[in-house]
Amino acid sequence: MTIIGFDVLSFLVFAPAIAGVIVLLLPQQKWIARFSALGAATVIGGVAAAVFFAYNVASPDFQMVIQAPWFRLLNSTWYIGVDGISVSMVLLTGLLTPLAILISFEIEDRVNTHMALILFFAAGLFGVFVAMDMMVFFLFYELTLVPMYFIINQWGGPNRKYASNKFFIYSLGGSLGMLLAVQLVGITAGTFSIPDLARIWPDFTGADGSFLGVPIETVKGLAFLGFFVAFCIKVPVWPFHTWLPDAHSEAPTAGSMLLAGVMLKLGAYGFLRLVIPLFPDIWIADLNILGFITNWATVFAFLAMMGVVFGAFAAFGQTDIKRLVAYSSVNHMGFVAMGLAVAALTYGEAWRDGTSAHLQSAIIATNGAVLQMFNHGLTSAGMFLLAGAIYHKTHTRDMTQYGGLWVRAPIYGGIFIFMSMASLGLPGLNGFVSEFLVVRGSWSVFTALTVISMIGLLFTGGYILKGIRGVLHGPFNLHWKDYKLEIELREFIAVAPLMVLILLTGLAPNWILNVINASVTHVLTTAHLVAGGM
Amino acid sequence: MNINFSDPNFLPWLIPVGPLLGFLLITLITNRSKWIPATSPQYGGHHPDYDGMTVPVVTDQSRVLSIIIGMSGIVMAWLISVATVGNAFGLNGDGTGGKLGQDVFASAANWMATGIDNFRMGVLVDPLTTIMLIMVPLACVLIFIYSIGYMANDPRQARFFSLISLFAGAMLTLVVADNLLLLFVGWEVMGLCSYMLIGFWFEKPSAYKAAIKAFTTTRIADVIMLLGIAYLYAETGTLSFREIVYNGEILESLANTPAILFGGISAAGLISIFLIIGTVGKSAQFPLHVWLPDAMEGPTPVSAMIHAAAMVSAGIYALIRMYPLFEAGAHPHHGEFNAPLIFMSVVGAATALFAATIAVAQNDVKKVLAYSTISQLGFMVAALGIGAYIAATFHLITHAFFKALLFMASGSVIHGMEHGEHHVHAHAHGHDAHGDQHAAGHDPEADPAVEHADDHAHDAHGHGDATYREPESHAPHFDPQDMMNMGGLRKTMPVTFITFLIGGLSLAGFPLITAGFWSKDEILADAWYGVSNGYGPHTLVFICLALAAFLTAFYTARQLCLTFLGEARTEEAKHANLGQGVVSVAMTLPLIVLAVFAIFAGFVGVNPGFPILGGILSPNGIPFKEFLKYTLIADMQPETLAFDAVPVLVSFAVALGGLGLGYLMYGRKPLVAGEADPLIKILSPGVYTTLKNKYYFDELYIRVFVKPFQWFSREVAYVFLDKGVIDGFLHLTARVFTWLGDFIKMLNAWLIDGILDGVPELVARFGFVARRIQTGRVQQYLLLVALATIVIAVIFALSAGGSQAAVTP
Repeated sequence: MTIIGFDVLSFLVFAPAIAGVIVLLLPQQKWIARFSALGAATVIGGVAAAVFFAYNVASPDFQMVIQAPWFRLLNSTWYIGVDGISVSMVLLTGLLTPLAILISFEIEDRVNTHMALILFFAAGLFGVFVAMDMMVFFLFYELTLVPMYFIINQWGGPNRKYASNKFFIYSLGGSLGMLLAVQLVGITAGTFSIPDLARIWPDFTGADGSFLGVPIETVKGLAFLGFFVAFCIKVPVWPFHTWLPDAHSEAPTAGSMLLAGVMLKLGAYGFLRLVIPLFPDIWIADLNILGFITNWATVFAFLAMMGVVFGAFAAFGQTDIKRLVAYSSVNHMGFVAMGLAVAALTYGEAWRDGTSAHLQSAIIATNGAVLQMFNHGLTSAGMFLLAGAIYHKTHTRDMTQYGGLWVRAPIYGGIFIFMSMASLGLPGLNGFVSEFLVVRGSWSVFTALTVISMIGLLFTGGYILKGIRGVLHGPFNLHWKDYKLEIELREFIAVAPLMVLILLTGLAPNWILNVINASVTHVLTTAHLVAGGM
Repeated sequence: MNINFSDPNFLPWLIPVGPLLGFLLITLITNRSKWIPATSPQYGGHHPDYDGMTVPVVTDQSRVLSIIIGMSGIVMAWLISVATVGNAFGLNGDGTGGKLGQDVFASAANWMATGIDNFRMGVLVDPLTTIMLIMVPLACVLIFIYSIGYMANDPRQARFFSLISLFAGAMLTLVVADNLLLLFVGWEVMGLCSYMLIGFWFEKPSAYKAAIKAFTTTRIADVIMLLGIAYLYAETGTLSFREIVYNGEILESLANTPAILFGGISAAGLISIFLIIGTVGKSAQFPLHVWLPDAMEGPTPVSAMIHAAAMVSAGIYALIRMYPLFEAGAHPHHGEFNAPLIFMSVVGAATALFAATIAVAQNDVKKVLAYSTISQLGFMVAALGIGAYIAATFHLITHAFFKALLFMASGSVIHGMEHGEHHVHAHAHGHDAHGDQHAAGHDPEADPAVEHADDHAHDAHGHGDATYREPESHAPHFDPQDMMNMGGLRKTMPVTFITFLIGGLSLAGFPLITAGFWSKDEILADAWYGVSNGYGPHTLVFICLALAAFLTAFYTARQLCLTFLGEARTEEAKHANLGQGVVSVAMTLPLIVLAVFAIFAGFVGVNPGFPILGGILSPNGIPFKEFLKYTLIADMQPETLAFDAVPVLVSFAVALGGLGLGYLMYGRKPLVAGEADPLIKILSPGVYTTLKNKYYFDELYIRVFVKPFQWFSREVAYVFLDKGVIDGFLHLTARVFTWLGDFIKMLNAWLIDGILDGVPELVARFGFVARRIQTGRVQQYLLLVALATIVIAVIFALSAGGSQAAVTP
């Protein structure tokens, strides 16, 4: 499959960037910029959907693979392809980009630049999700930072400078370690190909057991830490999350949608693609913390639990609607992290022993984690869209200022409740399926932590109901008597596809879960085959 | 799976479809509003004063269409249920052959991929489902009909019908589910519906607070239940009812596996307790009972839905469904108990008695019924705790009928009182042309708008919210739900009186002729069997339930006397009636149908040994039991107990004694206006106030849970931890780097002048940040960026060298 000379995945990476440049150069007319960007993003989204549906579940390895010479000096190649995990993320990116652009129609200031930045951002996201080469991965991973920084910094809320700088430096801080890790692994092993590394790196000893005089164990440990911290910041895993509430609440609506919808998934995806396959030995090695013998996977699960619980508490403590939604991401991504922790432990055990008692649990938990990534993309984008819609009309995010808006915005209210319930994890909607899978999977492995994280699930209900109560319930505040509060047609069009997918995934999750499950099962059941663990 | 509508295995899929489709159609298509001034009388009474604002009110066309769609959906569900029940009985041939149960109607489809397997979703019709399918759709249809009348003038009637359709759809999904996960889906969607409907008049603080309370309280239980489901799934690899509870091997292995947490209990025990806690929330058992009385804030049809047809019944249904798991490893009929059974016995018995004592001192006509529901559900839970599987199911069904009846009848009473209130109000003001016309005609249909202006205005308890203003015309406050304001309603509302009386007697267990007597008697008979064998839990249950049954009869008599007997204690009560026309018919017809069931539903459960009646009604064993017991595997099916006169006499005594005492206190010499409740004197004011305030549980929970968690979330999780510790650490780091930066700057100036200067400047230009620096922190971050850039550059330089080495062999 090729599109205008590109193979389809390269097209997905470059088309948004090229479209972005074109939008930038177009006449400075708002409607031209808006509709050309929307058109381009819709076409690209269509291609992303086509890639998703073209993915063949029967052979759950990487497909549509392209390998071309690229950075010969580093022995890095333009090596791209998708498996069931990444193709779901490609679909999510393809879906959310046009919706975010549609929502950005409300931007009146420097429209061309804004639209171009969103397209650049999409290019970066596609790049990460299709990368099979670690340098390509890193490059695009870092590239996503820049457009998002400017989107927050230039079009954000009142406190945007602080938020954007915090976001940028926090992320960059993580990236430093990650760059070191990428270099250490790639140079030591002599390849940046992720499938090759997954095969050789876990048992890699080097020629003389050292790299430039440093013992290989140290190299591995450092590389692990570098990746670990970088991706923890991105997910974000508690306690690396404090950049998120600021960035999300200050970003313009489209920025929040993409940030929560896709950008956080880069971190989780990084764990799945790099940290779990490359370091099975480190995840399960004994770790002595204050006399407790544990391992990194368990530590990670603990942090995930903290994210679930304290994310929910902090969200419950908010009066700012966008901040509440932002903290809900910490809570929801905690479940992703919990699923990943199960995957890490099991992958490690399967690599070491040839099999793991928790294999079935791990498959279920990892399915749940990946599905939760997709689901959180839908619901958090939807929640930010709705929070943005009301902010755009009232110019306040303080829930105590609203009061009973449902009276004058009946359709908006209905959609808001629907989206809130998806976020709450109401059975019948998407979030429940993934959360149930994670809880089921982690129950057998991290039982106590799963039990404690139920407190978070309980308070998810708390903050969701608080949000609904703050925005919709109560007597109507007559201050807003003369405001148009009802959802606009444009916003409705943007939120409708999300609602359809939320309901579809809740009622019949197999349309996407089959794809995810195929690759997750493949990766986890072949863990013992990579390298010579057994 | 082949889609074949005549296949009885496929048919159950279609049962929930009608209401669910109704929900979608009404929500997406027919729910249309027109915007009118808020001062218009068409815009009901559940809102503050919105002068000069327009509000959406459902159009007449939309009203009619929504009612038609909602009714069609539920009637469709009912018809398919009837067909399914017909199939089920047909399979049994003579009705006692017991084939259904060994054979079931079931079909399933792949739903969720789990590795090489799939989780399968499906439907199941076995004897238990069949019995639920007799009760639930019928009760729902009647509630829907009643809603046509009750909600006739609500400005959001279409929304009401869409939500109640979803409610019914969710309940039916739960009933036909073949696995615990699908059951949980229906369970939670019902939670949402009750939240939405309790808070239906969402502008009222008391309504949305009750809604939040209901959702949160049940969610406490639900997250624990979710753990139970996950645990069960992890242990057995399936959640299908048939594969677990109809499978002796799995039950035995679960009973012999030690639990993953908490030593000394089996896996079956821990899973069971998790699942039972789910029901404790859903069916409002102690200590999670607090949400149910507040759920009265919703429109009355919703109360009937929650208390009878759906919500709380679902909790008990889930218990009955999973009962074999609870019993695994124990044998209550031989006096062998395990943790889940004892847990159920204690919680059920305690709740039954505790809630009954509260009901005694309530004056709100619906609150009495609410606490009686909690108490009756306690009967069922306790019954399951002592292994009285059949009796618990039986009581669930009879209770659903008479409690739906009581709620709708009390709704009629309230509606009538409001009608009377309007009458009085119109006369008192005397300047309202509409009012005069209305008063003369007594016909709500003649001017629905006027009637509606006062509709439910009693609910405007606008406390706690400064911006909430009560509509001026309703001061001073009159509470049409307060039984002290009633009296003598038998004269103006005869049909309501008769049906309420039937429902009340059934609740009280009036001997022989009411359904409630037979089901309650069966529970007591099962308990007595254990008492006579000296089993502890049975004894506890028997004593508590007998006392509770006595109190039930007493407060029912009190309620009947206060409401209907004597003379009207207020002007409003004197003029209370339902008027004529569609509203009146829609609100009376369901009562009559339910009254028939409240009497006759009991005759399928008479012990064959019962003098005279047993021989007539149960010549081949108890029909209900002979049908239902095949839900269980052969060695779990209970034996029919020999008839014993002691529990029957106790049933007679407590029912007649309670009713008699109630009549003596309130009926023989009815209260007159302004007279104090004789109960205050008898119980002493202290006890009375404690009961009236429900043992102060609400206050306790607010002080012990709600406030501390609010404080913790805001002050600890957010302000202290995130803003203080984590961000504080970050800001400190940034500051350290600033100092370091200053130090480097100094070095710059002295040593490598110029080189490092360029970097921050470059970054600054890059980031536009230099333009408008607002906080001091930005400078710190800038410097951090600069430093980061340097480090990256250094690493690049180093690694490039390394790569050369790696690439060239």
